[in-house]
Amino acid sequence: MMLLSGDPPRSRVLTIVLLVIILALAATPFIFPGAKAMNVAAKICIFAALVASYDLLLGYTGTVSFAHTMFYGIGSYAIAIALYTMGPNWGAVATGIVIGLPLAALLALAIGLFSLRVAAIFFAMITLAVASAFQVLASQMSWLTGGEDGRSFQLPDLLRPGTVLIPKSLIGFEFNGRTLTFYLVFVASTLMILALLRVVNSPFGRVLQAIRENRFRAEALGFRTVFHLTYANCLAALVAASAGILNALWLRYAGPDTSLSFSIMLDILLMVVIGGMGTIYGAIIGAAIFILAQNYLQSLMGVASKAAGEAGLPLLPGLLHPDRWLLWLGLLFIASVYFFPTGVVGRLRSGRAGKTSDAAH
Amino acid sequence: MTELAANDPLPKPKRDLAPILLPIALALAMIPLVGSTSSWVTLTVASLAMGMMIFIMASGLTLVFGLMDVLNFGHGAFIAVGAYIGTLILLPFAAAMQADSLLANLAVLVPAILLAMAVSGALGLVVERVLILPVYGQHLKQILMTTGGLIVAEQTMYAIWGPAIIPLPLPASLRGSFILGDVAIAKYRVLAMLVGLAVFIAIQLVLNRSKIGLLIRAGVENREMVEALGYRIRRLFLGVFMTGSALAGLGGVMWALYREQVHASMSDDLTVLIFIVVIIGGLGSIGGCFIGAILVAMVANYGGFLVPKLALVSNILLMVAILMWRPRGLYAVTSR
Repeated sequence: MMLLSGDPPRSRVLTIVLLVIILALAATPFIFPGAKAMNVAAKICIFAALVASYDLLLGYTGTVSFAHTMFYGIGSYAIAIALYTMGPNWGAVATGIVIGLPLAALLALAIGLFSLRVAAIFFAMITLAVASAFQVLASQMSWLTGGEDGRSFQLPDLLRPGTVLIPKSLIGFEFNGRTLTFYLVFVASTLMILALLRVVNSPFGRVLQAIRENRFRAEALGFRTVFHLTYANCLAALVAASAGILNALWLRYAGPDTSLSFSIMLDILLMVVIGGMGTIYGAIIGAAIFILAQNYLQSLMGVASKAAGEAGLPLLPGLLHPDRWLLWLGLLFIASVYFFPTGVVGRLRSGRAGKTSDAAH
Repeated sequence: MTELAANDPLPKPKRDLAPILLPIALALAMIPLVGSTSSWVTLTVASLAMGMMIFIMASGLTLVFGLMDVLNFGHGAFIAVGAYIGTLILLPFAAAMQADSLLANLAVLVPAILLAMAVSGALGLVVERVLILPVYGQHLKQILMTTGGLIVAEQTMYAIWGPAIIPLPLPASLRGSFILGDVAIAKYRVLAMLVGLAVFIAIQLVLNRSKIGLLIRAGVENREMVEALGYRIRRLFLGVFMTGSALAGLGGVMWALYREQVHASMSDDLTVLIFIVVIIGGLGSIGGCFIGAILVAMVANYGGFLVPKLALVSNILLMVAILMWRPRGLYAVTSR
């Protein structure tokens, strides 16, 4: 209870689902050997933290930001550039963290002070513009960022797959540097999500919710809404940058496609809405559903597309093509905004006949 | 310029000239920086042409927001749809397009543009009914719904037309340039400028000289009052939304011909430009949108010439500068 900041999942099914996801993630190195399963599990961890930080903005303050991948990218690039230029040592990792996190927070502060004074819709447009400018900047400054190719780098010795920490003969599977990196990602993501739970259940988090429900009234009660919103924006940016750091460490690479592109932003939006806005737990569910779909739905769709093609149906093979999986998740996204705006978590919490109209607006 | 920049305590129907002078001043200030007159003329014409096309695409968005407080994040999809629909006629009749006769070219181009506008307008109807009507009045859900719509639209376009870039050559009679002394002015840019100006004048005429325009402007000022007088503002809004979508389709065809290619993600960069234009101009203002579009295009062109690497970033700087000067855009129309 202390750990969850007094905000338990509040639904038996949800608790079970969350436990299953978390246990499966924790046990991935033992029970699902192979690189793909580890990649999927690490990505779920990283995205759960990233989406939870976005939920702090979207679900708890009701502001739509399109610049969240920018902060994610800042974290990724900071660590990648540091390790690339300084070589694979822990000093470089520390440098990346020390430069990346404050940079993300400062940028979030600047954007927040500049544009959070006005309506949510204005903020959304300005963040979109800033994020796309940053993307261009990152691909133009190729001497620093490697341009479109990005930067590949080596990890410190301890985290390399070649480093065997516990040999296979002892515990039945090899605990190497890669496994250690995985647990680093897992533990760091868990800590970030728990910290976010702490934030949203603090008095500060309550003020954020008050601002979401009625900004004018919150202001009338004496809260400096711009301060609170900017603070939330900076916190979210810090967590996003940390998730970016984990992402780069896991991939040993940072590039526009994996850490900066607008499609990641859309992915985050899909995950937070499908999982459930304003719940934090929704981030874990959303990330798990989305990334599993991304990795395994495609092969399913390939089969369906082939079947539709053999049946001679028009257009359907194209729509069911594995590359079009985002189309179906997009439809799911619209349906979930419309029909169950509190997402999977809200649905599970409110039971079958529950009202779901208490969503943010 | 400063004495005009001061905000009057009461809004009066006084002409506010400072924003109009801004692009002119910017253009003149660029003469010494650019150096040669001929490249200055070329850049200025390019800016005006690009600005007009952006204006065509952005005008619907700003009106829709001004009228109904609805911001369509999927507006860019109409641009790409328009461009793709245009290719449906332009590509099969490529022979007529490449014939060196203006009449034959126009006989293909005009139906293509009309069809593109009709289809994107019709799509606007569907989007308004399906995506925007259910979440009317809720900003957050509007943004989410229209973003979802953008994803679905983009993916559907990929499914139908494939991920490859479709090349779309200009009609023969619109290629090349007019040569005036040592200045070359591309023909297509002149056409784009004329079309954009025509759209601007048409919108201004409808808004200022017709009853529908009166109602739209009244709705922007005070929606409840117009409803209280017995007008069905929802239907008016639907009309504006469809017109805006159709204009985006027109802009899409023009942009595709300008770039001579069509791609489903062509609208991504444009959406950002359009948003910047709409913010700079002041949400809901057609005049502001017009000037904003020209300013953005000027900054992109002059900036691209003088400091090539920073073309898109310079737009952000422009936006920051304008918002420092007038926090609610060049012409603040709405009280929102």
